[in-house]
This record gives sequence, C-alpha cells and structure tokens, in this order.
Amino acid sequence: MMLGKTAGGLFWMCRYLERAESVARLVEAGWHMALTQSASADSNEWESILITAGILDAYKQKYDTFATANVVNFMLRDRDNVSSVMSNIELARQNARMVRTALSSEVWEATNEAWMTLREILARPVTDRNLHDTLATIRLNSSVVRGALHGTMLRNDIFAFARLGTFIERADNTARILDVKYYVLLPSAAFVGTSMDNAQWEVILRSVSAERSYRWVTAGDSSAKGIAEFLILDARMPRSVAFCISKVRQYLGHLAEEYGTRLPSHDLADQLDARIRNTDIEAVFQTGLHEFLGEFISDNIRLANHIERDFRFYG
Amino acid sequence: MSSPPPSFDEMLQGPDQVRDPYSVYYDWFSHDDLRRLQRKSREAEAFFRRIGITFNVYGQQEADERLIPFDIVPRIISAREWSRLERGIEQRVRAINAFLHDIYHRQEILRAGRIPQHVIAGNEAFTPQMIGVTPPGRVYTHISGVDLVRTGEDDFFVLEDNVRTPSGVSYMLENRETMLQMFPELFTRLKVRPVSAYPQLLRRSLSDCAPEESPNRKPVVAVLTPGIHNSAYFEHAFLADQMGAELVESHDLRIVDGHVAMRTTQGYQPIDVIYRRVDDAYLDPLTFNPESLLGVPGIMDVYRAGRITIANAPGTGIADDKALYSYMPDIIEFYTGERAILQNVPTWRCSEEESLAYVLAHLNELVVKEVHGSGGYGMLVGPAASKKELARFEAKLRAKPANYIAQPTLALSTVPILTKSGLAPRHVDLRPYVLVSPNRIEITPGGLTRVALKKGSLVVNSSQGGGTKDTWVLGD
Repeated sequence: MMLGKTAGGLFWMCRYLERAESVARLVEAGWHMALTQSASADSNEWESILITAGILDAYKQKYDTFATANVVNFMLRDRDNVSSVMSNIELARQNARMVRTALSSEVWEATNEAWMTLREILARPVTDRNLHDTLATIRLNSSVVRGALHGTMLRNDIFAFARLGTFIERADNTARILDVKYYVLLPSAAFVGTSMDNAQWEVILRSVSAERSYRWVTAGDSSAKGIAEFLILDARMPRSVAFCISKVRQYLGHLAEEYGTRLPSHDLADQLDARIRNTDIEAVFQTGLHEFLGEFISDNIRLANHIERDFRFYG
Repeated sequence: MSSPPPSFDEMLQGPDQVRDPYSVYYDWFSHDDLRRLQRKSREAEAFFRRIGITFNVYGQQEADERLIPFDIVPRIISAREWSRLERGIEQRVRAINAFLHDIYHRQEILRAGRIPQHVIAGNEAFTPQMIGVTPPGRVYTHISGVDLVRTGEDDFFVLEDNVRTPSGVSYMLENRETMLQMFPELFTRLKVRPVSAYPQLLRRSLSDCAPEESPNRKPVVAVLTPGIHNSAYFEHAFLADQMGAELVESHDLRIVDGHVAMRTTQGYQPIDVIYRRVDDAYLDPLTFNPESLLGVPGIMDVYRAGRITIANAPGTGIADDKALYSYMPDIIEFYTGERAILQNVPTWRCSEEESLAYVLAHLNELVVKEVHGSGGYGMLVGPAASKKELARFEAKLRAKPANYIAQPTLALSTVPILTKSGLAPRHVDLRPYVLVSPNRIEITPGGLTRVALKKGSLVVNSSQGGGTKDTWVLGD
C-alpha cells in the first residue's frame, strides 16, 4: 500500500535528479565546444544549448549576449532559472523530504548531502578556474544518490516509481538534444564531413556522455546516421530513446504484476516501445528525423500524464 | 533588581564534589582529552545535518532550516529519582484523562465547585463539539510531554502538561543514537535504560486505541502532518518511518463509505488511527474552521460515529490551558483521591484583582505567561527584563489581565555543557513522553532535556536559542 502522493514524489524526485544531471552535461558539452572553437563561434552553440534545456526565453530576459560565464552561471546556479542545476537539486530534495518514509536512509542522506554540498559550492559564481571541479562534484554527487538507490532500495513499487521518473525524464532529454540538432544529423546536410560538423557531433555525444561508447561501438567510424541510430535505437546505450522506453515499459510491467491490474499507461508504453523496436534508422529518416522526434516527445509526455492519473499522484 | 537565587547543579555540589548519579561519568570525563571531546561535538553537528534533523523557525524566512544545538554532556537521573517522577507523571496523566472525560460529559468537577464555571465556559480551549463524544478506548491524551523543572535535590515541578501535540521525541531518540555512536565506552560502564523502543510502543499504543470495528484486518495508522514546511516536519516523517505508518497530509484523505480513507496508488484505503500533528482548528473545516483549506471535511462525523481514532483527541487543550494550570492539584485530588506527587508551580491568576495587584507590584521578580501562548513566545522573565520590557508588559497586563498568569522565577537546576573552556553550568528542563492506551500507561525512561545555552538564561525553547542533551536514566 502506497500513497498516490508518495508515488508522485518519488517520480518527481528522480525526474529532477535526472534533469539536474542532464543540465550539467549540457554545460559540459557547451563548455568543451567553447574551449575548442574560436571565440566568435561559441555564442551560437550556447544558444542552441539553452534551447535544448528549454530556457532560452528565460535567459534572454536576463542577458543580451551569450557570454560563456553568464550562460554557465545561469544554467548551474541561478535561482531565477527553474531549470538550473541548483533549482533541480532543490526540488529533488524537497520531493525526497516529502517521501522520506519511502526512501532508505542511505538514499535520503545521499540526496540531502548532495543538496548541502552543491548549495555550498554553487553559492559563489562559477569561473573558468573552478568549472571543471564544479561539474565533477555535481557528477559525483548524483552518482552517489544513484548508487544508494540501486544498492539499498527494495525492488517494489517504490523503486518502480522512482525508475519511471528517471527514464521518462531521460527519454525526453535525449530526444530533445537530438531534435535541437537534428539538422546536423541529416544525411543531406550540405556540410557533411566538415570540421564544423565533427564539432557538432561531438557536442551531441558529449551531451549524453556517449562520446567514448559511440567510438567504441563504431570503432571510430562516425557518421550522422550512425549517431542518430545509436542515440535513438541502440538498446545497449543507457541514454538512448530505445533503452529508456524499454525500461519504462519494464517498470510499468512490475507495477501491473504487483498490483494485479493493467491500466491505460501500460498499453501506451507497450505501443511506444513496440514502435521504437520495430523501426530502423532508414524508416526514421523517411518519416523525417524532426517529425519522428517531435512525435516521440509528445507521446512520452502523454505517457507521463497517464502514469500520473493511473496511479493517483494528485487525486 | 533582585539577583537570581543560586541554582542546584545536578552534577557538581562544589569543586570535585560530584553528585552520585554523575560519579562514573565525571570520572570518565576528567580522564578524557578535552580537545577530543570538542571535536566529537563538532562531528555530532555534521551528523545531525546529514540526516536532516532540522527545524524551520517561524518568522525567519532566511534561516530556512536550522539545527537544534546538541550538547554532548548527558543529563543523568538516578533510578530512585526516576521512579518517583514516573509515579507522579502517571498520576497526573490518569487524572487528566479522567478530567477530560468528565468535562465533556457530566462535568462533576464543576458541580462540586472545585473549578469555577467561568474558567471553562469562557475558555477558547474548551471544545463544545466534543461534548458527549467518547473517544475509542476512552483515551484522550494518547501522547503527552510533561515539562518538568527541578530546583533542588527532591524538588520537581510540573511546568506544563503538553497534551495537544507535544514535539521533540525525535530528538530524544536521535540524541541517544548519536551518543551511542560517539561514546560507546560510556554505555559499557553505566547501565543506561534504553529509549529506542519508543516508536514501537507508540505504534502499539495507538493500535490498541483503534476503533473496535474496522474494515482492516490490522489497524492502519497514519501520521497527519501539515506538510514539509512545518517546523516539526522532520519529526513527523521520522515517527511515521519508525512506526511503519503512512505519512499523510489532509489532501491525501477523504471520507469514503463512512470511513476516513487515504488515496493510494490503488485507490482509497480506510484508516483506523490518525496520529495528527495538526491543531484542532485544522482537523475538519466543517466542524472547526470553515475558512480553513486544510483538514478533512466530515472527519468529525466519522469520529463521532466511533469509526476513527484521533490522537490526541480534539479538545484536549482545555487540560493544559494555562488558565487551568493552577487547578491541577485539585483536579488530581478530585479524580484520583490522592495528593499530587509532583508539585505545581505557585501561580497568580491575573484575572483575580488581588493577584493582579501583587503581580504588578512584583513584576521584576516574576515570570508572566500568556494564557494561550506556547513555545516561550509572549512571555516575560522579570529578573532578566529591561525597564522598557517591564513597562510594556505592565500595559499589557492592565489592558487584558485575564490573558495572563504569573509565577515566581524558579531557580531551574543546571547541568554542565561543554564549552571552549570546559564544563559550564546551564539551566535545563525535562520533557518525558507518556503514552496512554486503554490498558497501560507507558513512560519512556528519560525524555528530552532542553538546555538554555546562554549563560544565566532560563529560556530553554529551541525557537529561542535552546539546545538539547541526551537524558540518561540509570538502571538499578
């Protein structure tokens, strides 16, 4: 027996944690690009990163230019930015406090400590000199929470709701990263093979921490199509759309088993998972990469809404 | 201004003249390294922060979550001292439950003239909605936290009975946990009675008070919290967790088929016992406070039908109302036929003309309390107050005398705390926690010792700079 509110709290706690990680990763990718490009080229990159994070408008209300220091601080620590790493960690902890009775003490303490640590290091502006360490600290802290979650939580409905939050959020993040950059992945793009292209691919892969695994899978043979295939359809890649949606389906399956009932969200997840599994990259490009990703993003949102309703998160 | 009377120190009667209960501890302390102990003290703070034992301070938006300072020197009570306290507390709690049943039914005590009618009739804490209602198991105060102070070897006074929703028990438990981790060697030298069973006892005690008829096979217990922004939220979550009960807010609850039910991932599930940590006014907007967005509409109808246990019962506040406090010795005698074992602090009721005159003439010696105040707010400590504060209170007293009671400034006992330069005496009080169920009264050995960290201060409330100590009751 579990309160609907608790299920919702677990779901959102993990969504916010995942989102915090994702935003930090975007900063890392943008920062890498800014370091390796000429000073004039990087401003464009930050703009598309802000679009990916869904915070371009909010950013523009505060700043006129895409100066690296401004973007980095806005994304990592600005409290006016509801999607900053700090805001997300704050929200994750708030949800964790709300569902504290459902968490192992290790998970709660790891979350609380992540919040205390980040609140301290993000209290001061992040500069060139400490950005690397700051990002490393964020990564380390979210790893500790994840480790505690895996190592200490009972595999019951509590765990299922937490994981559903993680994978719904992650699927959304990966799809958005690809969608903002879909034009550099089109086979017809005019600048195929240019160094500009390579840099763009690098940003995409870094945004999902996949630069090494992709090289490993393709033995160094990069192509636009290969990257799209890897991040959408490769079920071995833990941030791919296919991987995330199969996990969503799996954990919804656990809930169906534990509760002994199938609900609309089960059917929806099955359909979505089947659609991703039964397609190939040629078909995706035929539909249109942008159209395909747009459709997935809205289906994924619909699925999340159904989960919230089916399990009575809010009443 | 009168200088404060000398205080009784519970550890030291003079240089190296250690009172019995502290002898083993003092010996250990004197042989330990002061710097090591100070380091331990800092470790304790980090530990508390990590597990999130924090509280939110009312009216201080900036200091979002604060820690109640913890002092590593335990407060030690001998087995003999404790057994007397225990008998006194039990007597008091028994009398209070009998009083509450009486005051909401036949009102024998008023008919007998032991308490004047007006003290009840004009009292906001008296809850007419409870007239004629008998709670399941006839228990009113399932949980209470009796505030005790000491002024001498054998002099214990009850300051307040706290029978609404007393807090602090999580600190009692975490303080012990911390001490066990930091100083395991002490617990092998001394037989300290454990407190860790409290959550299980609470669970059992609440279950024993469940309504007899229930759709559930085993009583379902829920802790009702105002939410994560409440100052005591940590404790609500902690107790729910330790009891294996659900932690609910009022919007998780509604009335379904004549029962209080909570919204779960699989629909509404009836519950039997609500350990509520909200005030009466926020229980049922239909009954108590139509303006309230909080509360569960209709819960009082279910309660009157005997299908839900609310702990503590609505309306218990009349028993710990400060206007009634001075009648406690009569109340105890009336219902138990015995004299009160624990003393009441002499109290002037400012509603009475002669008393008011006395209080106004001796304001700088007295402690004046607001009848409905709590947490140390709206209180005047005469000997410590400035001329301006005294004048302000005098005006308040003259304007609304019935709002105040006054008591002598007690020379609260002291127990040393660890400071930079070693041990230093500070004033303390003690809040033992009492559980009542139809078959037994359970008092956890010890309780929460609160300590005024500022030198000379008599205000121990955590909201006003007080700290806490672990409290040890020694075994025989």
